[in-house]
Amino acid sequence: MSILINKQSRVVVQGITGHEGSFHAQQMLAYGTNVVAGVTPGKGGEWVLDGKVPVFDSVKVAVEATGANVSVIFVPARFAADAIFEAADSGVPLIFCITEGIPVQDMMAVRAYLDQKGVRLVGPNCPGALTPGEAKVGIIPGNIAIPGDIGVVSRSGTLTYEVLYALKLHGMGASTCVGIGGDPINGTSFIDALSLFEADPYTERVILIGEIGGSDEEKAAEYISRHMTKPVVAFIAGQTAPPGKRMGHAGAIIEGGSGTAADKIHALNNAGVRVARHPEEIPALLQG
Amino acid sequence: MNLHEYQAKQIFAQYGIPIPRGRVAANPAEAKQIAEELGGKVVVKSQVLVGGRGKAGGIRLAKSSQEAEELATLILGMEIKGLPVRKVLVDEAVSIEKEIYLGITNDRSSRRPVLMASAEGGVDIEEVASRSPEKIIKILIDPLLGLREYQSRDIAVSIDLPKPFWRSFIALAESLWRVYRESDATLVEINPLVITKDQRLLALDGKMSIDDNALFRHADLAEKRDLDIEAPAEIEARKYGLSYIKLDGEIGCMVNGAGLAMATMDIIKLYGGAPANFLDIGGGAGADKVAAALRIILSDPHVKAVLINIFGGITRCDEVARGILSAIGEVKPSVPMVVRLVGTNAEEGRRLLADAHMLTAETLVEAAQKSVQVALGGAL
Repeated sequence: MSILINKQSRVVVQGITGHEGSFHAQQMLAYGTNVVAGVTPGKGGEWVLDGKVPVFDSVKVAVEATGANVSVIFVPARFAADAIFEAADSGVPLIFCITEGIPVQDMMAVRAYLDQKGVRLVGPNCPGALTPGEAKVGIIPGNIAIPGDIGVVSRSGTLTYEVLYALKLHGMGASTCVGIGGDPINGTSFIDALSLFEADPYTERVILIGEIGGSDEEKAAEYISRHMTKPVVAFIAGQTAPPGKRMGHAGAIIEGGSGTAADKIHALNNAGVRVARHPEEIPALLQG
Repeated sequence: MNLHEYQAKQIFAQYGIPIPRGRVAANPAEAKQIAEELGGKVVVKSQVLVGGRGKAGGIRLAKSSQEAEELATLILGMEIKGLPVRKVLVDEAVSIEKEIYLGITNDRSSRRPVLMASAEGGVDIEEVASRSPEKIIKILIDPLLGLREYQSRDIAVSIDLPKPFWRSFIALAESLWRVYRESDATLVEINPLVITKDQRLLALDGKMSIDDNALFRHADLAEKRDLDIEAPAEIEARKYGLSYIKLDGEIGCMVNGAGLAMATMDIIKLYGGAPANFLDIGGGAGADKVAAALRIILSDPHVKAVLINIFGGITRCDEVARGILSAIGEVKPSVPMVVRLVGTNAEEGRRLLADAHMLTAETLVEAAQKSVQVALGGAL
């Protein structure tokens, strides 16, 4: 079982006729995800993916026609904030934004607006979520994970795949894997995901994959020590990253001496979290 | 992206923020000319994108246009923290009564812009922040409402600004907010904002950083980028949409995804090596991009081995393999390479590379161990 998404999720893909959107909508569908609609302004009335999915001009119309309750956004960065506002205003309660490179001031406005509306955003600049055997929303390759009882939450993309793959090689599976994204300002935080995993009866253990920059891992550590009964294992990327340099992700930067991997590992260790030295060590820590 | 002081102050002035009279000069003769126009008594300020210009002798007071020319000659020949001084700003010298700090930046943890002010301007604000944080007043701004007048007034009161200046201070703060908003800045800073002896508010120094992700809507600002602060390989990488940062180690890394790229650097260190770079080829990179990445890595003379770690998702391992073959056909690398391909089309990729005399690895640990061993001169 799962958090956030499952077999029942009804997914609308914003930007479904674009290069990325159409490819990944196809992949989601092939995985068994309930992709009910696509949105591309100007292409309403068309059917895509071998005539299986109807396209609408707006999210509002798509929701009215199909009852979509999850949106996934693949539109280019300059249009992404608007796409998020549109989904929120159309009554979609859960939005995944895959798009990378959204201006930070756009995201500040998005977050402030969504908080008022009570809408949940995952991302941006994230791989989405995968509930193995049920559904995937976003770009995580479906074949690298098997169903299981481990919740995975991560700020990264391919690093998360690496961890899922290492689990699979050890015969270990995931309840849900959620990528919260590498931007400095995002929707769902580590704490949000941890609290969902803590409440999910099918999740027994949790893996947290963090990286340098900001203080979300430190806040998560405090939350874990106070509220989590389920064991948590972590990995933090960026121990060799130099200060002041943006390591690919907009949020992965050590600023003014804070946000280092050492600080985060220290905080997590103090919260009773075992921190792996490298991704392939995680399965052993979970078993130990 | 950071702007120079003179660029930031020009933008401030466009928004009605008072700045000293002055202009930028690229040679001593120009500096002398500007100083003459300003009446002789000027400040000659090096324009380089590092802190501590003053301490390094890069900001000097001239009493005459003659002296301004001499100082400009001196400063234009300087390097400050490794950066050459190519321009100086020649500003009128002003008599200062009081120095204030005023800035707006992104507060990551509250996800809002924050306006910061201090009655102790003029010095390094991070120093004030660590020594006496209570002397920095912070006000969070609702991004949907913008900076409100009462907030600026509260700041004026909190920093003990004399009442006659409130009105101009509030207008100035509003202008600074507009600069921040309309330029997609991640930082706008006036330090110091001074009260002059003749009772005016004046932005003596200025600093601006722009959000790189927002440059698509600020072509005018994107043009102002100073390439001096970037290594040539980093500029080359940006052309291809690669994220590359040069480091001091001996193992070149090529990885897809920023998190995995960092984890790969870390595991190299864990097994006794040191990464020569961070390099993320991004998602779905084609052969051209991969070839460019490998050329950039191999252009670093310190690289003694290369580790290529690809976890194929959107990125196809066969495309990566083609890029590698194209680059090694061209560059003829003399250093050993370790390749790990997992995921989408990995078998096809491995088949393509079978005759290329590269070392292969199944796991991340194995890849790290092998690359460290060959970089240190060991045989496998």
